[in-house]
Amino acid sequence: MFLSRRRSSAPDVESLEQIKGGAEAAVPGAKIDIIPNPGPSQQSSLLIDNEHAAAVVKFLHDDPALRLDFCSNATGVDWLDRTVKKTVKVKRVIDGEEKEVDEAHEELVPGYLEAVYHLYSMTHKHGPVVIRMRTVDRAKGARLPSLTPSYRSAEFQEREIFDLYGIRFDGHPDLRRILMWDEFQDYPMRKDYREPDDYEYEPTPHDDVLAKAREHYAPRPYLDGAENITAQPQ
Amino acid sequence: MSATIQTFEPAERPPTTMGARLEGELMEVSMGPQHPSTHGVFRMNVALEGEIVRKLKPVFGYLHRNHEKIGENTSYLGSMPYTDRLDYFCSMTNNWAYALSVEKLAGIAVPARAEYLRVILAELTRLQNHASLLGFLLSDMGAWGTPLMYAFREREKILDLFESLSGSRMMCDYMRFGGCRVDAGPDWMERAKKIVDSFPRFLDEFENLILSNEVVIARTQEVGKLSADLAINAGITGPMLRACGVNYDVRKVDGYGFYPRFKFRVPLGEHGDTYDRLMMRALEMRESVGILKQAFEQVPVGPVMNPKVKIRAFRPPAGEAYGRIEAPKGELGFYLISNGGTNPYRYRVRPTSFINLTVLEDLCLGHTVADVMVILGSVDIVMGEVDR
Repeated sequence: MFLSRRRSSAPDVESLEQIKGGAEAAVPGAKIDIIPNPGPSQQSSLLIDNEHAAAVVKFLHDDPALRLDFCSNATGVDWLDRTVKKTVKVKRVIDGEEKEVDEAHEELVPGYLEAVYHLYSMTHKHGPVVIRMRTVDRAKGARLPSLTPSYRSAEFQEREIFDLYGIRFDGHPDLRRILMWDEFQDYPMRKDYREPDDYEYEPTPHDDVLAKAREHYAPRPYLDGAENITAQPQ
Repeated sequence: MSATIQTFEPAERPPTTMGARLEGELMEVSMGPQHPSTHGVFRMNVALEGEIVRKLKPVFGYLHRNHEKIGENTSYLGSMPYTDRLDYFCSMTNNWAYALSVEKLAGIAVPARAEYLRVILAELTRLQNHASLLGFLLSDMGAWGTPLMYAFREREKILDLFESLSGSRMMCDYMRFGGCRVDAGPDWMERAKKIVDSFPRFLDEFENLILSNEVVIARTQEVGKLSADLAINAGITGPMLRACGVNYDVRKVDGYGFYPRFKFRVPLGEHGDTYDRLMMRALEMRESVGILKQAFEQVPVGPVMNPKVKIRAFRPPAGEAYGRIEAPKGELGFYLISNGGTNPYRYRVRPTSFINLTVLEDLCLGHTVADVMVILGSVDIVMGEVDR
């Protein structure tokens, strides 16, 4: 009765190893890690170092066996600072005797922003190969290299990531806000974003209009010559 | 004092540009957001030389409500009715794309009858989306009202089917991860069969009316040409990609659902112009009718919901998944990251028409303002999905 015919053309971890090996051979100095996916979807991803990302992506795009010519999806993910509990074996001297003792450590993993791309091949009809890039931290000036030179489809999507997550893409031809208005200050998709009570407090263009109106209704300090016409002769 | 009429000799006339050619001068015009042909609140900043478009920058966000943030703040089930509001013409396919992604994320199987129902509803959605798109496109070209009403007559029948099945005409909220919400009775199937059987008659009539029409041909052929290379690189999907001659249909490539069981062809264009995009829709409707007829013959009886799935308090295992389907407008995908909780950690919609608008400037350059509306109409956008 239950027939699940999910034809999955996503590469498994072994072929990801091959892709990784090929890319590292083609781009000297590139460092690629495989990020395993614990879920049942079997979509593991490649973490590419920011310095060689453009070259690695160019390899993925141009390699005749891979030919990942179609960037379907580009998006951001926000990972906050988190503490990981680890038990470390430590040698301690207890009662004059050296012993190995388990000791709980809390390690702080600093937060980062991530850009995730899903690449497919229209030529060979396979995919997705998931690639990710990570920023150093979550500061306002977090930067990543843009993949728009290789994939035009990332143009609007990277603008959206910049708009909502605040990742600046180096090499993007036209990096502006796209969904929020230009004067908006914050990055609403970040996990620690708190929306204001009332959006009217935000600096919207209405403020300029308001200032002009105030000027308009204020008593004018100078005479513009019209009083000569309207003034009644004594 | 006698009045004298002053006359200027031609040499004395003040300099004016009226009547003269604007040599290289550009005029900036803001088209939209309130314009009947922008299909919602969409704005284009256009730089014009006379009537010719020299630059075009789309402006988004008038309908932005941060759908993805809302998706991260609700449960997996809670997002399902909200996906209806993305592309409000095609709520059934939005539901399916989301359900498919959650099923990938949690590894859920779907009963056979539910898979058939999904195919039937998705193809009905494709029929009504393409029919009304053609109507709107003709409306943008100046055939005001009549073709649109012909298309809406057919669309109403399909929406009535949706209403009797799901309770709502447009906001269907019908699919669930692991199946469908309610079963379709035998009388519903009979009604659907009748509507599908009569649909080719509408197509014949409609194609007779418009596809060989001289004005339609003059307004669409060689207008807004898109090359296959640019279309692939810019991530264009759906009928717009296939109009350039690229054979890429997610129904064939991924074979999601039960699509590998159906025989259908993928229509391909040759020129990538607006006429080909228009023809793609007409031809795809014929193929959809074929799929629907096969589905009505094959659909088995059985449950429509996987009983093992607890859709309330649903907690998929930690991991991530990207699922995509061939929606009427192109590839619609959902990217989900689960941390094992009741809400998705990341909920991302891959918006079809937003990405299809990437090449709008390339399509419109060198054409007139009147052509911009036709080209935009042939891209097939819905602002609920573009702005999210």
